[in-house]
Amino acid sequence: MRRARVAYAGAIHEATPAEGGAIRLADGRVVAEVDVVWLPPVEPGAVIALGLNYADHARELSFQAQDEPLVFLKNPATLVGHRGQTRRPADATFMHYECELAVVIGRPARRVARANAMEHVAGYTIANDYAVRDYLENWYRPNLRVKSRDGATVLGPWLVDASEVEAPPQLALRTLVNGKETQSGHTRDLVFDIAFLIEYLSAFMTLAPGDVILTGTPEGVVDVKAGDEVACEIEGLGRLVNRIVGDDVFGRVASQAALADAREGR
Amino acid sequence: MAPFRLSGTVVAALLNHRRSLAALGDAVHAPPYKSPPKAVVLAIKPPGALVRAGEALLVDDAATELEIGATLGVVIASTACAVAEADALSHVGAYLVVADAALPRASHYRPQIRAMARDSSCALGSSAAPRDDIRDPDALTMRTFVDGALAATASTAELIRPVARLIADISDFMTLHPGDLLLAGGAADLPRVRAGARVAIEIDRVGRLETHVALAERSAA
Repeated sequence: MRRARVAYAGAIHEATPAEGGAIRLADGRVVAEVDVVWLPPVEPGAVIALGLNYADHARELSFQAQDEPLVFLKNPATLVGHRGQTRRPADATFMHYECELAVVIGRPARRVARANAMEHVAGYTIANDYAVRDYLENWYRPNLRVKSRDGATVLGPWLVDASEVEAPPQLALRTLVNGKETQSGHTRDLVFDIAFLIEYLSAFMTLAPGDVILTGTPEGVVDVKAGDEVACEIEGLGRLVNRIVGDDVFGRVASQAALADAREGR
Repeated sequence: MAPFRLSGTVVAALLNHRRSLAALGDAVHAPPYKSPPKAVVLAIKPPGALVRAGEALLVDDAATELEIGATLGVVIASTACAVAEADALSHVGAYLVVADAALPRASHYRPQIRAMARDSSCALGSSAAPRDDIRDPDALTMRTFVDGALAATASTAELIRPVARLIADISDFMTLHPGDLLLAGGAADLPRVRAGARVAIEIDRVGRLETHVALAERSAA
């Protein structure tokens, strides 16, 4: 079972896959996937994100993996759906995607032991969790100006039921920028696996149905520019596509000083 | 009827009180920080952290200490995206008293949701002062009482980013929506309390919040 949330002809619908790449709305209509607006497949109360959770990516960023997971919370309102747009600020010199396996909670989880943790998973989807590295500071790093930006966490297209995925998920993932592969990895390389994360988190915060855990990204992050099409693929879950757009699309005019800084790499 | 709804995201400003940053002294220039914060420093509070006034802040055991951060809560009433500081307060619906409790932290380098996003750790005042009743949100005294005794005093006049500037800076990259709650930030030297303590916070003209600290039940769900 896989489900999406889409907007079509004046309303929001639950949708399932139909033949030939079309999608079937809950009310029976079958429509082309490009004729709907894809929304994030869930509406989470909490979006929990992992940093440095693949050993190779941690090395890429010159960090040693830690004893305790690096976890932060994102604003759920910054999520955007499949085929959405993400703004690249004009003063950014390094903005990168992060293809991540997203775990969606199905049952409340409070003080759950590792052995029972996977029973609390409703399913999985794909996340592309962008970062603007220019804004990194060493205060509650990664600070939210880097990692919780409007439209900078793409989620979807489908929520794939946990029963369709072996537990724990052993899935290849990769990212393509304008059709060229730039990142690849495998969820077997997670430093802290899903069951550990549910046990760890639920020891101090109750996980609620719909909450999402973004499990981190492997190595291979590269700068993306306005106009780029970024596709994140996870084996068995699908393909999540979105487009980078410039400040002009959002009616923003960058200051000349910020642009000069960007040109000179300050 | 209160002039707001609390249905959105709770965004907390960190290190936004002059004394909270000053308490770090020259450490702000040393590794791992290397320089004082330039942009606004934020954390998100999950829904499970929130409790109503009168309900308990929870700790796991009798030895655990909570730091009680008295902070002004700013309820957003209209969508604020890339707003100018001069217009920012027009997006506020009301103010309320908030007790933001966390485990003490030795470092501010990494996010620490185990200390700061705990179940039942953030108490929200039950009544809100409409925006127009608070002419100057940047001149409010906040008093924290523990077991009836005054334990801390701070003022919103000491905020590094006053309320309007906070809204403007956050809305540059993260739209604030109606029903969102912004916590403007507490001071340093926060009172530390354990299970059994009674806590009250008063903010001039905004109101008074009463809560207490209790032990959480150990059962799993």
